[in-house]
Order: sequence, then structure tokens, then C-alpha cells
Amino acid sequence: MDLETILQLAGASLRLATPLLLACLAGLYSERAGIFDIGLEGKMLAAAFAAGAVAAVTGSAWIGLLAGIAASVCLALIHGLASITLKGNQLISGVAINFLASGLTALIGQNWFGMGGQTPQLQASQRFLGISWPFVDRLASVPLLGPLYRHVISGHNLLVYGALAAVPLTWWVLYRTRFGLRLRAVGENPAAVDTAGVSVVRLRYGAVVIAGVLCGLAGAYLSTAMAAGFNREMTAGKGFIALAALIFAKWRPWPALGACLLFGALEAIGIRYQAITIPGVGVVPVQLMQALPYILTVVILAGFVGKAIPPRAGGRPYVKER
Amino acid sequence: MGSGAGDLAIELVGISKSFGPVQANRDIDLAVHRGTIHGIVGENGAGKSTLMSILYGFYQADSGEIRVNGKPTRIPDSLAAIRAGIGMVHQHFMLVEPFTVLENVVLGAEDGALLRPSLAKARAELKRLEREYELDVSPDAVVGELSVGLQQRVEILKALYRECDILILDEPTGVLTPAEADHLFRILEHLKSEGKTIILITHKLREIMAVTDAVSVMRRGEMVKTLTTSETSPAEIAELMVGRRVLLRVEKAPAVPGPAMLDVEGLRLVDEQGVERLRGIGLTLRAGEILGVAGVAGNGQSELLEVLAGVRPATSGSVRLKGAPLDLSRSTNAGDRREAGIAHIPEDRHRRGLVMAFDEWENSCLGYQGEARFRGPALTLDRTAIRDHAREAIERFDIRPASCDLKTANFSGGNQQKIVIAREMERDPDVLLVGQPTRGVDIGAIEFIHRQIVALRDRGKAILLVSVELDEIRALADRIIVMFDGRISGERLAAETDERELGLLMAGIDLVEHAQTASN
Repeated sequence: MDLETILQLAGASLRLATPLLLACLAGLYSERAGIFDIGLEGKMLAAAFAAGAVAAVTGSAWIGLLAGIAASVCLALIHGLASITLKGNQLISGVAINFLASGLTALIGQNWFGMGGQTPQLQASQRFLGISWPFVDRLASVPLLGPLYRHVISGHNLLVYGALAAVPLTWWVLYRTRFGLRLRAVGENPAAVDTAGVSVVRLRYGAVVIAGVLCGLAGAYLSTAMAAGFNREMTAGKGFIALAALIFAKWRPWPALGACLLFGALEAIGIRYQAITIPGVGVVPVQLMQALPYILTVVILAGFVGKAIPPRAGGRPYVKER
Repeated sequence: MGSGAGDLAIELVGISKSFGPVQANRDIDLAVHRGTIHGIVGENGAGKSTLMSILYGFYQADSGEIRVNGKPTRIPDSLAAIRAGIGMVHQHFMLVEPFTVLENVVLGAEDGALLRPSLAKARAELKRLEREYELDVSPDAVVGELSVGLQQRVEILKALYRECDILILDEPTGVLTPAEADHLFRILEHLKSEGKTIILITHKLREIMAVTDAVSVMRRGEMVKTLTTSETSPAEIAELMVGRRVLLRVEKAPAVPGPAMLDVEGLRLVDEQGVERLRGIGLTLRAGEILGVAGVAGNGQSELLEVLAGVRPATSGSVRLKGAPLDLSRSTNAGDRREAGIAHIPEDRHRRGLVMAFDEWENSCLGYQGEARFRGPALTLDRTAIRDHAREAIERFDIRPASCDLKTANFSGGNQQKIVIAREMERDPDVLLVGQPTRGVDIGAIEFIHRQIVALRDRGKAILLVSVELDEIRALADRIIVMFDGRISGERLAAETDERELGLLMAGIDLVEHAQTASN
């Protein structure tokens, strides 16, 4: 494996990690506020469909993006209504959202476009495309720096950079602002927030809506940046992988970036190397390579990476005693 | 103390609050003078905490008016209470454990969208408060790692940081060591000297006498009376707390005590918070007698019952049943006790005695479902046998409505209690532990339950009766021990004592220090 290949892999990892990272941060806001969000997958899927469909109809990736965010926020509000206002079970609400998104996107997609649930192929102008940074060619001859600049730093679309910027931004919001302090508090002990004179309900809705916006970005990325249109079930479990990354990262922003990059890298390797020969073992089948991110998810969720302590009030609706 | 309405910091008029069918506060009036320490006493469940939670905006009253400094004030949430200058230290602390002291203090009282200036200001302010009130606690310590005493200081600092004039403390000493409690009282005195008003909720009479200027007594959701502390006595307060009720009469012959069934020696229990709940209990329970355990709620009676019943392990000490030692460690459970012949009617039938969502017949065998007579083929239960058994119990204990297919939650309190009593008495246990047998039970059922308990005694069984109803103890028990602060503060024969003497013992005062012949 030469340097060029490694750098190309790194770039691909970054692109593959982007939807995971956005969904992971979405889960981070929600769960830090005490609302478990198993519906990341469903929100992403709905957003991917809405973005793909609207971009195809209007011809604008940007309007598609807004539509994706709107669809995702709608589902987030349903989750909020069920788990904050009606004090229902958050896991069941999340599962319902996943089913709802899976069924509705296929149904509406077939009804509108009649293409078996797909949306029409998007033209280049209807998608978020990679942006070549200045001087890529001129730097190409510089050893190390040139290829690094070309493959890893330059050439991604706006959403990739946006996702990366969201990490320090989330850290700053969480640990340096009043909103962040209250958000973290409400996930640990909502009664303390309530008795301090702050509305638990408003805070939790705020967190859930932020999660909706981020999932909207993640979904739109799938259908209008990574692919050129929406396919049925195109999220393929990415919402759950993001959830695993969130647990792996112990609900912290920087480790979330690391965990998502790891998953992204595994996926990139699985795509690039259809068959790897390990000396003495033989050929590793392609299926195993592609299953790697999912296997890691199971390992993480089974608790093999150390004890992850979730926000203490997570999953429980806030009911005053009695 | 001052006089005139202008001096009132808090005035509550006609406050009522119910939770479903439970009336927690009924038409409460309360006047608290500015610059005083005002105690509110009452047994557990008397409605003290509910009343204060209403004042702090945690609950909303169904009716009534709150006046703060003479002004009618609506307090729909805690923010309104804080704005009105009211601070509260809850019984269960309202702290975010992974946060630092500083973050906890600032939470909800930030100055702007960014944290840094708020934290800096709070740090300076905390330093001042610490110096002024000897409330030293490191601002950067993580709250979850602090002792409960220090956590309480953080709660007080939170209230002071919000510049409260009126501070409510709900059972503040329940989790404190005596030294910590004394320190707390010094702080309260200091706050009072600065003109702040303090409301102290407690059920400990010692604290009331030591620090308060006035004391209001609550009983069963009602305000009984407000007294000036210097003009009252623990005995009077204890009497008001417990109440003089119509004396219950139970027909019973004198007891014929037989051999010792249960021997308890040096029983100690230290709970999860490190508070010593039982401080060396020793007693002997004989066959054919009812031993009453009296005391103001929260003095260790519940814990004694739970340890004997195998619900929680003891820290040290020994218990012998008919001479054979019982396992008091964590590895034992209530099932073992039942097997050994100790039945238990728990104090709280909803939490410990019944599964409210079950049908009556299911509850009628709960805990005994493993017995051969209830077992069907393989791993199944013999529903026919259980239901026949349930119908028989319904008949014998006059449980109404007489249907074993009804959901338990749909029975009245008295009939629910009868379901538990029928189940526990039915196997003729050698020892019956009874906790609050008639709490929330109607008069008719009370009589019936009392007769059943006496009948079991007359069959030569040993009965330990824990009740906060002094009348019930006096009506049923042959011998009475009084618990105070985890110890037995006195023992009397039921026939040779009166309410006044028991009331004093319940307040921890033993006038007759002569050694009562321990019946052994």
C-alpha cells in the first residue's frame, strides 16, 4: 500500500464518516438532554428521501436540503411529543419513527415517481459536489503535502466540512454556553433544573429539534451528495452505527469524531479492498470486509469497550414525584 | 417575635392540595414571621413536604392563597418562587452530580448566554458567602463526590446565591451526623440574625426545641396548631402530632405469654447513606402476646420490621427464632423467613404487599405460589386450586367485593389490606410481623383486622405490631416498647401506662428511669 492509496482511503473515510458524524452529534444533543433517540435512522431516511425528491423536482440541492431538514424535524417533533409532552416510552417512539420512515418513504416514493421507491437520478447541478481548493494542481508535485492536500483536505463537498465544523461547535455549545450547561443538567437530573427555575420541557424540545436538524443534514448528504438520488432503505443501518459511535464516545463530541472516523475508515477499506489476502489464513471474503462496521457496532453495543455511563436521566420522562 | 401582618414573611390561607384520591393538604393556614426560624412538624405523610413544595412552586395548590411579605403572590413554578425571594433545600437534593459545585450554583442563575463570566462572578460570590457563613466547600469539587453534609451546603449556597430572604429546609438533618447538624443549626442562627426567615420541616422534636422560635404542627394533611416554642414542651408537641383520637376498644382476654419465640439482641442497621437507623435493639417476643412498637414515624420502627422480615440485611446483631439463629446477611430474603415461620404484613401494602395490577386471586397466593398445593403439572400453577383458595379467604375474611377475578387496584384500601392479612395469617405462622395494619383503612375494617390479630394471639402465636397510631398500639398490645432515634427508649406494660407517658417516651424523654423488668 503506497502513500497515495492511504491518503485516498483517508479522504474516503472522511466522506463516509460524515453522515455518521452528523447523526452521532444529533444523538448527542438529544441524549445529553435525557431523550434517548433510537430514531436517528428513521429521521435520516426521511430526510434523505425528502432531499432527493425535492432536489429532483426543484432542481436545487439547497431547497432539497431544506426539505430534508424539515422532514427530519417533523419526525423529531413527533418523538418530542411522545416522549416529552406525553411522557411515553422513548425507545418505542423511536422504533415507531424508524418504521414510519421506512414505510412512508417507499410508499410516497413509488406513488410520486413510480420507480420502485427510488427518486429520479439527480444531475450534477442538483447535488452537493466536491469543492477543489485552490492550488491543488500546483501543489501536486510537493511530496506528502501535495497528495495530502489533494485527497484529504481538498475535494469534499460543503456538508463534509460542515459536519467537521459541527464537532468543535458542539463542544463549545455544550461546555461554554448557558444552554449547554442546562442541556447537560437536564439529562442528569431534570428535577434540579426544574427547581432552579428552568423549564425542562423547553430545554428537551430544543435538544430534540437540534437533533432533527442534524439528522436532516445527514439524510440530505446521503441522497444529494454521496449518491445522486434516493434509494429505498439507503441509510442501511447508519443511524444505529451512529448510535454505537455515540456510546463508544461516551456522549462526548471529540471522541464522537474519532469513533465516526473509525467506522468511516472500516467502511472505506471494505469498499476499496474487495478481497484481502492474509498470509497463512487465506483470502478474507468480501462479505466479511463489508460487514466490519456492523460487527464493530455489535461489539461496542455489547459493552466490550468498557463501561459507558449514559446521562443519568436518559430514557425517563420527567414526572414530578408522586 | 413581632406582631401585626406587616411582619409576616409568608402567609398561607386555605391551601388545599390532593393527589388523586389522597388529600395531602386540607385548608391549611400558616403565618411565618420575618426573621424567625419557624418549625413545621408532623409525622411522615402529614403533608409537610407537599405544603412546602407548593410554596416553592414545585406543585400547584388546588385552592388557597400565598402571600409573600404581605403581597398575594402566584407561584406557578420554581422561577416565580425564586423571584419572590424563596429558596428551598429539598430533602432529596436537587443537584447535578457530575457537575462541579460552581456549575450547580450557577445553573438557572446564569447572567448571560456564555458561561465564563457567570462562573467567574459566582466564584467570587461563593468565596464571600463561604467566609460569611462558614460554608466552606471547594467550588471546583464534583458534587457527586462530596459527602451528603457538603452536598447540603451546596444546596444552601444555591439558595443564598439567588439572594433568597426566605429559606425552606425539608428534613435537613435526616442524612447528617450530629456534628454536621449542629453546624447547620449555627448557620441557620446566623442567617436569622441577618433578618432572613427560615422554615424548618422536621419530625425531630429535639431540633424544634433547640432552634425554632415558633412551631406549627401538622397531622394528616391538616394544620393542627401553631405554638410559640418557648411556651411549649416536647410532650405537648408529640401529643398534637399523634393526636387524641377516639379510643379504640378491642375485646380481648389478658395475654398468656408462653415461651420466647423471637430473641433480638444488639441489632444494628447502618443504611446506604451511612446513617445509623437501628442502634442496638434488643427485645424478646413471646408466644401468645402482642408486642406493640410505638414511636413517631421515622425512628427506626420500619427498619426493625424490614430486618426481621428479611427484606433488608442487618449490619450486626443477632435474631433467634425459637432458639435457632436467623441469617441476617444479604444472602437471605423474605421467602426464607416465611419458610421458617415468620409472616410479614408490610407497612406499605402498595409497594411491598400487593401487585396492584394483579387479580385478587394472584395476590392471594403471592409469596406462597411455590407451595405444593398451588403447583400444577411441570412448571405451571394450578389455577383452580389457587382460585378455590382465594374464594375461601374472601369468605373467611369478608373481602368485598367477593370476587377473586377483580383487579386488586379496584378494591378499597381496607379490603386490599384484608387480602394481605388473609394471605399472611392463613398459614398460622409462629411469628407475625405487622406494620401499620390499619393505615388508610375504614373503621369497619379496622375492627375486623384488630379482631383477627387478637384471635391469632389467642391461638398462641407471637405478634410484633408496629404502628404510628398510639391508640392502635394501646388497644391491641399487651406490652409496649417505644422507639426513639433507633433505640428503645422505654418499655411498659400496656395496662400500666398512659398516653402521656408514652408521648414523652416517643419524644425521647423517660421520666421513670427505673428498670422495667425485661420479661426474661
